[in-house]
Amino acid sequence: MDNSIPLTTSAAPKRPSRLTQLRDSDLWYSFRAHPSAIFAAVLLALVAVTAFLAPLITPQNPYDLAALELWNSEIPPIWEAGGQWPYLLGTDTQGRDILSAVLYGSRISLIIGFASVLLALAVGLALGLVAGYFGGWIDNVIMRVGDVLLSMPFILIAILITAIASASLPTGLKDVLAAPILIFAIAVPSWVQYARTVRASAMVEAKKEYVQAAKLIRVKSWRIMLHHILPNCLTPILVAATLNFGLAILSEATLSFLGVGMPPDQPSLGTLIRIGNQYLFSGLWWIVVFPSIQLCLIVLSVNMIGDWLRDALNPKLR
Amino acid sequence: MIAFLLKRTANAVFVMLAVALLAFVIFRFFGDPVEMMVNEQASLQDRVELRERLGLNDGFVTQYTRFVTNAVQGDFGISYRNQQDVMVLIKERFPATFELVLVATVISLVVGVPAGVITAVYRDSRLANMLQLGSIVGVSLPSFVVGILLILAFSVSLGWLPAFGRGETVDIGWWSTGLLTPSGRAALVLPAISLSTFQVTLVMRLVRAEMLETLRADYIKFARARGVPTARVQWRHALRNCLMPVITLTGMQIGNLIAFALVTETVFQWPGMGMLFIQAVTFVDLPVMAAYLLIVSFIFVALNTLVDITYAWVDPRLRDDSARGNG
Repeated sequence: MDNSIPLTTSAAPKRPSRLTQLRDSDLWYSFRAHPSAIFAAVLLALVAVTAFLAPLITPQNPYDLAALELWNSEIPPIWEAGGQWPYLLGTDTQGRDILSAVLYGSRISLIIGFASVLLALAVGLALGLVAGYFGGWIDNVIMRVGDVLLSMPFILIAILITAIASASLPTGLKDVLAAPILIFAIAVPSWVQYARTVRASAMVEAKKEYVQAAKLIRVKSWRIMLHHILPNCLTPILVAATLNFGLAILSEATLSFLGVGMPPDQPSLGTLIRIGNQYLFSGLWWIVVFPSIQLCLIVLSVNMIGDWLRDALNPKLR
Repeated sequence: MIAFLLKRTANAVFVMLAVALLAFVIFRFFGDPVEMMVNEQASLQDRVELRERLGLNDGFVTQYTRFVTNAVQGDFGISYRNQQDVMVLIKERFPATFELVLVATVISLVVGVPAGVITAVYRDSRLANMLQLGSIVGVSLPSFVVGILLILAFSVSLGWLPAFGRGETVDIGWWSTGLLTPSGRAALVLPAISLSTFQVTLVMRLVRAEMLETLRADYIKFARARGVPTARVQWRHALRNCLMPVITLTGMQIGNLIAFALVTETVFQWPGMGMLFIQAVTFVDLPVMAAYLLIVSFIFVALNTLVDITYAWVDPRLRDDSARGNG
């Protein structure tokens, strides 16, 4: 089409830009055809944006004890009798605005969920590649450790890790490190799934001719693993990671609810539910209900996206 | 078959030994057992003697071997918190957890199987779509949120059902059951429903997937052609062939349900093993934590192994495959 001589090297046969590629892809088409996926994506985006803009849009910083006024405590949501502006969703027994607490809490929940998935991905992919590519004793050791981890219930491992960590750390350090400990505790039992998936494809790919050829011209092992084998097993990994993101948020909430997660002075959604649970019988339902709803909305939208992604990327269902 | 049996059992034993090692390390190295057991006034002499008597000066391997030998015999030591035999504590609490898990499993089957069949048979009908949506909501609802909402609705607002405790129990030997008294049964309803939510959706999704596949099979078409009523084909011929994976899933999930019961037990103040464990975590009662970890993992591993062996027994192809994998 374009017969003029290119002046610069970059004008060579033009590849479609990333954005155009995305627009023309099957995935985008499938996305637009699934109202539930769009709904979930919009919902999740809304939650994420409000959570990360929380300091700018909330009427109050729930962590700042000086901002809490005791005479503003136990205000019901604004549509109930006695509701007060700007406390849209009411306040708790210390005068903390529930909406602010929920938005700040979502931020913590999202960050911990995301970070633990990233950590599990990094560890799982690395160990799975190594196990599948090299085989032998190293494969044996890695997969056996994985077997042992999978033979204990997920939640039990996470509880034990957080419990032991908080028992062996000094009090001051415990609260500071609460988030990293949670990320670690959730990642430990979840890397195995990624490792198994990657290992299976790495074992198949490692025997193929292109890998043999790459070995022959002395491409470094890590380069073969990262640039040749890894891209071939990303699809199932992506689906698993999305669904595990939901699971990680749930796990974090469960741990915090049980009292081994985030401390009350930097509450995640789980901690807020734990706190609110104490007022269940005193009629202050809004303290526990709104964090619960937010948690369910987040996990629901992540799961809906994960389900859609699984079907959209499954060639059998096309 | 014998080779497979041996291999699978050996594997399970290896896993249990590894879990025991973990439990042992937790028990032995996070907190000094002597400091936990003696009172403040104990002299240095007493401490040294206790240390010697507990065998804490022996080598790592000796201590680990002793820990495993004791654990196999059901001896997990003395709880730091209330100075009672750990095994006695767990034995006291086990029936409560077991009954909760049992009822939750029954609910998951009674609700999940029909729902799965309906979503498969009447695909794209309004009822099926609603059930499908319900299933994804069910997966996304944390079990403690379900519990709290149930309490809010049925205990706080309506006052129909109790929100905590086990109600009246009847002792049968060492087993205390809540199933025989009206208050015991009433107390079981909400915890069992909240524990089963996730399991219901799991069963439903599995039955749906299996049914969709089975309904395409030739023998189903043949049964239709022969004039067997549609409902009978769906609910008898097809469903029967879907039940094997459901039974497997149920068996394998029991371990998970026992572990997850600790969340439900916390919400409903249900006096089971899980609550014992959570209290142990709060008070860093290491022997109880170690014992709980070992017992739950044992149930988990034992069920998985049993399921694998049953499968290999029913389907010889699985045996061959793993034998080949063994070299």
